[in-house]
Amino acid sequence: MNHLTAIFSHIGGTVLLFARAVTHIRTLPRQFPRFIEQCYLIGYTSLPIVTILSFFIGSVLALQSGYSMENFGAKQFIGTLVGLTMARELGPVMVAILLVGRVGSAVTAELASMKVYQEVDALVTMNIPPERMLVLPRLAAVLVMMPVLAIIANLCGWYGGALICQYTHSISVDSEAYFTALKTYMKPRDITDGLIKAEVFGFVIMLVCCYIGLNTRGGPREIGASVTKAVVTSLILILVLDYFVTKALLYS
Amino acid sequence: MSAPYTAAPFVGKTFGVTVARLHKRFGTTPVLKDISLEVKPGEIFCIMGPSGSGKSVLLKHIAGLEIPTSGEVRIGEFDAADPATRDQIRLALVFQAGALFNSLSVYDNLALYPREHRLCGEAGIRDRVMHALAILSLEKAAHKFPSDLSGGMKKRVAIARALVMEPQLLLYDEPTSELDPVMSATLTEIIATLREQTAVTSLVVTHDRDLAFAIADRVAFVMEGRIRGVGRPDEFKKPADPVIANFLNPVIDLKNPRFKQLENNHE
Repeated sequence: MNHLTAIFSHIGGTVLLFARAVTHIRTLPRQFPRFIEQCYLIGYTSLPIVTILSFFIGSVLALQSGYSMENFGAKQFIGTLVGLTMARELGPVMVAILLVGRVGSAVTAELASMKVYQEVDALVTMNIPPERMLVLPRLAAVLVMMPVLAIIANLCGWYGGALICQYTHSISVDSEAYFTALKTYMKPRDITDGLIKAEVFGFVIMLVCCYIGLNTRGGPREIGASVTKAVVTSLILILVLDYFVTKALLYS
Repeated sequence: MSAPYTAAPFVGKTFGVTVARLHKRFGTTPVLKDISLEVKPGEIFCIMGPSGSGKSVLLKHIAGLEIPTSGEVRIGEFDAADPATRDQIRLALVFQAGALFNSLSVYDNLALYPREHRLCGEAGIRDRVMHALAILSLEKAAHKFPSDLSGGMKKRVAIARALVMEPQLLLYDEPTSELDPVMSATLTEIIATLREQTAVTSLVVTHDRDLAFAIADRVAFVMEGRIRGVGRPDEFKKPADPVIANFLNPVIDLKNPRFKQLENNHE
C-alpha cells in the first residue's frame, strides 16, 4: 500500500511540477539564452551519436530483413520495411533512449546537485521559482529538438539501409528500387506519428528527470541514486508509453 | 573596528519575527519541540546551540523552506510558510556553505536577483552588483567562479548576494563555521556593520560563542529541539543553567571516564 501511495504521490508531484512550470510560460521570451543553451545541449551535442547509431540500426534492419524476405521473394519491399520501422518505431524510441542516457542523466545530476548543495533553496529564498528557471527552458528545448533529432535519425537509418542493400551481394537491391518502395508504401502520417511519439517521449523524459533531480534529499551519495532512478524510470516509461501511444495513433 | 567596507544602503522597512509553539517532525523523529520566540525589528538575534540541536531547521522555517508540523512562524504580519509572503518581503538567507551557483561567475551570482526580477537595466544592475562587491571588498573577484574561491570568500560573496536584494530580513546560517579565527572576526564585523548601516533585522544561527556575544542584542539557546534560555548576552556571562554553562564553557578533561572507555574500545 505504501508503494502505491508513493507512486501516486510521484505522479502527482510530476504533474504539479509541469503545472507550475507552465504558469511561467510568459517568461520564456526573456529566458531565450537559457532556451538556446538547452537546445544546444539536447540537440547539437546529441547529433553525432544519433547519426551514427541510427545509420547502423538502419543498416542492421536492412541486413536482417534482406535475409528473411529473400525466402518470400519480397526483397523489393526492404525499403518499405526499413522506412516504416525507422519512422514509426525505431527512430523515436532510439532517440528517446539516447536522450535518457545523454541528457536526462545529466539534467538529473545537475538539478540533484543544486538541490543537495542548497542552490535550489537559495533560488526559493530569492523568490525565483526553480520551475521557471530550471524546468521551463528545458521542457521548451526538448519539445523543439526531439522532432529534429527524430527526423535526422530517420534519414540516417534510411540511407544506412539503402547503402547495405546496394552493396551487400546477397541482397542486391539498388538504391533506386529501395527508395521507390519506401516512397510508394509510406504515407506522410507514418512520419508525423513517429514525430508525435518522439515529442511525447522527450516531454515525459525531461519532466521525470527534472522532478527526480529537484526532489533529491540527503547528501552527495543521493545524487547518484537519483540519476539511476531517473534513468530506470524514464526507460520503463518510454517502453510502456510506446505501446499506448502506438495503439492510440494506429487504432483511434 | 577596521573599516574596509563602503556603506550599505538603508533598507527602509524591516520586519520582526514571531515563532509560536512550533513543532517539527521528520518522519517519526521530533526535531523542534514547542519553540516560541520573538525577534524585534532591527535587532541582531543569535540562535545558539550544539550541532544537531535543530537551530538550522528553525532558521529554514523562518525562511519558509520548511513547513511546520504544527505552530506558526510569522514575519511581521505575514505567514513565513506561505510562498506569497516572498512577494511581500525581501528575505535573504546566507547559507552555511554559501550555496553559490557554481555555473555562474561571482558577478552573475549577484546579478541574478535583479535580472530575474527586472529591477533595472544592465547599467543599474552593474552599479548595484559592484556596490555590493565593494561593501565586502570583493571587486577583484567579480569574474571568478565559486570553485576558485576560498571558504571565507565564498561566505563574503554569499553576503554580497544577499545585500544586492536590499533585504528586509537577513538570516545567517553558521556564518563563521569552518573559518580561521581572523576570517571569523572579519565576518563578525561585517554582520555588525551591515546591521548598523542598514538597520535590518538579522538572525544568526551559530555555535560560535565569540560571534554571538560580540554582536547579538539577544541570544536564544536551542538544545535538543527546545528553547533552553533567551536573554541579553551579558545575562549568560555566568549562566545559572548547567547545560548552557557546559555548552558555553566546555571542560576538556582527558581523564574523563567516557574518554577512557573510547580508548579501551580501540584497544
